[in-house]
Amino acid sequence: MSDTAINTMGNKAQNAAVNNGPLIAADGTPLKQKLAKTTRAMKTRAFLLTMPLVLFIIISFVIPIGQMLHRGFYNPAVSNVMPSFSVAIKDWDETTGELPSEEIFEIFVKDLALAKKNREVGKTVGNMATRINYELPGSRSLFTKSARKAGKITEGPYKEALFALDKKWDNHNLWRTLKRASNDYTISFFLAALDMKYDEAGNITRADELYRIYVPILMKTLLLSALITLLCFLIAYPVAYLLSTLPLATSNLLMILVLLPFWTSLLVRTSAWIAMLQQQGIINNIFVFLGLIGDESRIQMIYNQTGTVISMVHILLPFMILPLYSVMKTIPPSYMRAAKSMGATNTYAFRRVYFPQTIPGIAAGTLLVFILAIGYYITPALVGGSDGLFISNLIADHIKKTLNWSLGSALAAILLVVVMVFYWMYNRLVGVDKLKFG
Amino acid sequence: MAEKKSATDSSYVRFENVQKSYDGEVLVVKDLNLDIQKGEFVTMLGPSGSGKSTCLMMLAGFEPATHGEIFLDDRPINTVPPHKRGIGMVFQNYALFPHMTVAENLAFPLEVRGMSRSDQEDRVKQILDMVELSQMADRRPAQLSGGQQQRVAVARSLVFEPDLVLMDEPLGALDKQLREQMQYEIKHIHENLGVTVVYVTHDQTEALTMSDRVAVFEDGVIQQLSTAESLYEDPQNSFVAQFIGENNKLNGTVEKITKGICQVRLPDGTLLHSQQVNVDGVGDKTTMSLRPERIELDPPKGTKNIITGRIEELIYLGDHIRVRMNVAGNDEFIVKVRNRADKRPLKEGQEAKIGWLAEDCKALDYTSQ
Ligand SMILES: Nc1ncnc2c1ncn2[C@@H]1O[C@H](COP(=O)(O)OP(=O)(O)OP(=O)(O)O)[C@@H](O)[C@H]1O
Ligand SMILES: [Mg+2]
Repeated sequence: MSDTAINTMGNKAQNAAVNNGPLIAADGTPLKQKLAKTTRAMKTRAFLLTMPLVLFIIISFVIPIGQMLHRGFYNPAVSNVMPSFSVAIKDWDETTGELPSEEIFEIFVKDLALAKKNREVGKTVGNMATRINYELPGSRSLFTKSARKAGKITEGPYKEALFALDKKWDNHNLWRTLKRASNDYTISFFLAALDMKYDEAGNITRADELYRIYVPILMKTLLLSALITLLCFLIAYPVAYLLSTLPLATSNLLMILVLLPFWTSLLVRTSAWIAMLQQQGIINNIFVFLGLIGDESRIQMIYNQTGTVISMVHILLPFMILPLYSVMKTIPPSYMRAAKSMGATNTYAFRRVYFPQTIPGIAAGTLLVFILAIGYYITPALVGGSDGLFISNLIADHIKKTLNWSLGSALAAILLVVVMVFYWMYNRLVGVDKLKFG
Repeated sequence: MAEKKSATDSSYVRFENVQKSYDGEVLVVKDLNLDIQKGEFVTMLGPSGSGKSTCLMMLAGFEPATHGEIFLDDRPINTVPPHKRGIGMVFQNYALFPHMTVAENLAFPLEVRGMSRSDQEDRVKQILDMVELSQMADRRPAQLSGGQQQRVAVARSLVFEPDLVLMDEPLGALDKQLREQMQYEIKHIHENLGVTVVYVTHDQTEALTMSDRVAVFEDGVIQQLSTAESLYEDPQNSFVAQFIGENNKLNGTVEKITKGICQVRLPDGTLLHSQQVNVDGVGDKTTMSLRPERIELDPPKGTKNIITGRIEELIYLGDHIRVRMNVAGNDEFIVKVRNRADKRPLKEGQEAKIGWLAEDCKALDYTSQ
């Protein structure tokens, strides 16, 4: 390229800039376009490199969670067992106050008899009865009993025949519930998870006082998690500070102690706390030995909230210490020295100079501990008794014991939403702070 | 730059027999005695690990002295905590608070002192004007260039008007040009405000150009404390002679001393005359120090020392030519020859006569390196 060529091109570029038009690269294409072209290969490569991880996350994480969330809304128990009936009942207008028509009763009885005969796994009358029973407690036996006899009803009027089997069929609310449940998609489980229900008139109301369990436990979960996070922070901050200021050899040794809990099974650690905290346990023994409490008034420290909090603080502590440590490690001691040389006392220098610089670590640590705590399951189950249970224990119950997967999924979905809301709030709060603290 | 006479009773900063050990095994500072006058600019110069920063830290109060006493304005300050010493400090990495703006950084020492907000603002504005950074008040340190950060750090150490400012290699991270400019500015501030400055550096040019007096450190000991001129002209020992400026060494044995002039016999038998500085008597081994620019090529007859050497290498530097010669078995012998038409063209491998005055050559303590 000759000198003149370079010159003319330089002029062109300059002229473009002067004219306030888009900047032009040396070969005449707009600069933006040129830049995009040169960075495209890089972007493609970056994308390809992350591809395996993205696939892994989609397959192992997004899809299962999506399915779980789906289950909270989707429950085809009724339409599986009684396909014809669940289509037919859609024509019934429940607002009139009348029971469904004779044809619908006929279809119902036939479907019931057929389901009893087929007995497909997962599509038995029992499955459907359980589904209805969630919304109308005590109605289960009505279905199972009637199903056994439904085959004998061979001619109409089907309505009367059914009422003859059991008077309870003559119930407007029952049919209304059946109609609702024959819809594959339902919000009933979310309502239940939020301690709400449909009343007789079909409106959404709060559940009876006695049945409100999920919201109080969710609240308790949040509250205890906040308490655990706070305690973790109060304990971890000085420890992390010490670790970051000690010479490397000593701090590495201490770091091993901090990480030690990770090397033992969670079950073992939790059981160790049982040995420590129970009424005939070590701590109570020491208290009695020291004469702090009488032998007959040993303190109940386990199988309640205290036990859950103590052992969870212990288990989650490293998650608070590590981010704090990593942030503190990067703060050179010269900042504190500078502050002191300018006349600040230790406390003042700490408050104005050191602490603000550790906020990113505090933010990371508290978020980590809080979110881990909300979803914790094993420890509350082992040491929480009935009082120190977390919402995840109820979810596990529904998935494993009562087999009400839909309700379990609904609860899990609500928990997920709560966590996301907290995360969002946190990001707003701390994100803004970070901007300010640069 | 006349040397200020140190009167022990009126000095502003005084180290008395100060020793310091971090681990109880090695003395990092060995029996340090130092007097600094009010308004003086004293630089600590020395190789890495010689204990300069440690001395500064002891003075600032961040490290306790293991032994001895440090006085500030005739008050012993060993037990005074750092925040009550009222000493301004510029750290090597500046230590500007990253979460505060420039103005907040500068206001910090004022805020600590409980100054009213409006007074703080006035003072900050004033000091920002002084370091010419008024437009940068609302930036964060990370958004400043190295030189600007450095100026903020200096301004912050001065904003609360301390009588004593310590600076630990404040210009270490800057490039040459910026460093020279900042040297000038710091010197300027020192002269205008009349503060006492204790300055630490690796860079001897910096030390020589800025300071009233320079303390040359080696291995926890002050080797020499004097003005730049006398450090260069009258080094008291081989370490200082080698550390400050360029220097040729010749080792030999003292044969005779008359009126402060030693006759020194080199191992190859040559006899040289040299000023007695740091030799005790006849028979001592000595290392003589000789500045390259004091040596003359083809010296006039009657020059006290004349010796023949072989030219090993010529380096053309424009205003002068650096000639590396082999003289009396030392082939690192450097001669600076002024670039003049009357000097014959030099060639590598040639033999040449060189000579110097006895006063330009100092007989110092013997060192084998
Ligand atoms: N906190 C410390 N603990 C233990 N030894 C230390 C400590 N600080 C410094 N030392 C040792 O003390 C000696 C002197 O260190 P100092 O920092 O005073 O040197 P310096 O002259 O400032 O060097 P430099 O020019 O490299 O900054 C060194 O050998 C160093 O290893
Ligand atoms: Mg240092």
